[in-house]
Amino acid sequence: MTESADPAEPPVRPARPVRVVLVDDHRMFRSGVRTELGDAVDVVGEAEDVDGAVAVITATEPDVVLLDVHLPGGGGRAILQALVPALPDVRFLALSVSDAPEDVISVIRAGARGYVTKSITGPELADAVLRVAGGDVVFSPRLAGFVLDAFAATTDVAAVDEDLDRLTQREREVLRLIARGYTYREVARQLFISVKTVETHVSAVLRKLQLSNRHELTRWATDRRLV
Amino acid sequence: MTTTSPPTPATQPVRAEPSPRRLYRSSDGRVLAGVARGLADHLGVPPIYVRLAFVVLAGAGGAGIAAYGLFWVFAPQSPFEVDDGPHRERDLTMLLALGSLTVGGLLLLSALGLGLNPGLAVPLVAVGIGVVILWRQADDDARQRWRLATGTARLSGAARAAGGIALVFVGAGAILVGPAKVDGTSGGLVAALVVAFGLALVSGPWWVRMARDLSAERNARIREQERAEVAAHVHDSVLHTLTLIQRHVDDPREVARLARAQERDLRSWLYRPVADPDAMISSALAAAAAEVEDAHGVAVEVVVVGDCPVDERLRALLLAAREAMVNAAKYAGDAPISLYAEVEPGQVTVFVRDRGAGFEMADVPEDRLGLRQSVVGRMERHGGTALVRSVAAEGTEIQLEMPRSHQ
Repeated sequence: MTESADPAEPPVRPARPVRVVLVDDHRMFRSGVRTELGDAVDVVGEAEDVDGAVAVITATEPDVVLLDVHLPGGGGRAILQALVPALPDVRFLALSVSDAPEDVISVIRAGARGYVTKSITGPELADAVLRVAGGDVVFSPRLAGFVLDAFAATTDVAAVDEDLDRLTQREREVLRLIARGYTYREVARQLFISVKTVETHVSAVLRKLQLSNRHELTRWATDRRLV
Repeated sequence: MTTTSPPTPATQPVRAEPSPRRLYRSSDGRVLAGVARGLADHLGVPPIYVRLAFVVLAGAGGAGIAAYGLFWVFAPQSPFEVDDGPHRERDLTMLLALGSLTVGGLLLLSALGLGLNPGLAVPLVAVGIGVVILWRQADDDARQRWRLATGTARLSGAARAAGGIALVFVGAGAILVGPAKVDGTSGGLVAALVVAFGLALVSGPWWVRMARDLSAERNARIREQERAEVAAHVHDSVLHTLTLIQRHVDDPREVARLARAQERDLRSWLYRPVADPDAMISSALAAAAAEVEDAHGVAVEVVVVGDCPVDERLRALLLAAREAMVNAAKYAGDAPISLYAEVEPGQVTVFVRDRGAGFEMADVPEDRLGLRQSVVGRMERHGGTALVRSVAAEGTEIQLEMPRSHQ
């Protein structure tokens, strides 16, 4: 985020531990994540469905919510829609086994600050949580690929005149590198820019993804749903 | 159609609400065919209102009667059955309903301008009552089949059906010999029409039922086939894998490989379109990555942007990418390999990246054919390029570019 005063070289551990709520309908998975996160963060609550999550998050106001995309009672999206306007300081990181592009794009559009797959390793997950807590956006290679795919439909340039509706050349380059498996630091070195600039680009992409009401974006997601 | 037991909202939630909501004729708490009751349940109002509405409409030129008949034919009977009340009482209310139906029918006739000419009206009413009895009997038959009825119930049903048929034919006969004054050549035609119409009325319920049963049976068969397919797939893949995993509990690497292969398989079965996996570049790359995963026990994360059919050039690209993945798998250690492919209008680009030790291309012996021949050589032979970037201790990235052949 451009307005946040985040340090130039993340991840930097904040003074107090980051407070996290886990939302997933599988107890085994929650305890696994809790173990993997270890001491890196302070898990202050867990929930297994939409109503429980809304209650726990409202009560604890954590820094980061690790949110499963598929949940009984409306899915992660319902939680985001209920809480994002009311709790602007709580940040959501989607954590899902789902490969379905429309699921991923819909939680991002509902306000999640990133998306990682459940195959992520423990240290990587802890790192992602700290980044999100620090105001950054976490793009997994898969999410970067989805976004490139969704915005690639911009072949019809004449129909698109809003800045929100297309990616800049630089943003595209950054996303491509992330999709290729590069870390932010490696992206920065490859493009001869600072890590901070990489984060700014990624945040801008997230904002476009959330705010753009391009028809193509909806249509793209709909097309994918049918497969 | 005026008397009924009072509405019983307390029993309403018991009936499982099928979704999406559709209109059924109620089979419990009904008076004649359950149309009013079913409509009331569907609309969420007490049945007595619906019944009153039908009666009022019946006064309006018999429209209520016609509407009731149409609902009877087109709304299916509810399969959610609660036990009926005592039989005798039901027959009484049914007689009452038939009586009011008769009055309504006469009103309908007068509205149609046929007047209350007794010579015509009486046979027509007889036909009408016969038809109602037959249709109702058909409903009862259907219900009894659901409940696996005994023979005795069937016997009284047969008697009722016979009565209905007799009424229809007597009525038709009365029309023929009575006021219609059938004579001459046209008389024969009218007679034939009346007989045919009578037959259609009598056999109608069974035709309708047969058609409904056929479609219900076909739906059931389709569902059964789908279920069998799911069961077969779960058996062949998931159960099999679980067994294998149990056998390999001591070998975490093998367990991980099995679980990953199974996950991929299930995922592709659930989410991917049914298509030739090799026809499109995205699915072909995913399949190649899966083979490498299985053969070398390393995870490959596949991200593909865009898609296009595989032609001869792209087949070469595919093989080169596969070889690059194999190479990465051999030297990357346990870290996952990233495969990224982007289909653009002019070309297809593939990146294969590992986080292994890295190497110097110059250090690779001349006789090692993998990278040099299978990747770089193959790409160049087909008009593409291959680029290898390797940094010691950071890993290797192979970039493959193939221009698309344009038709």
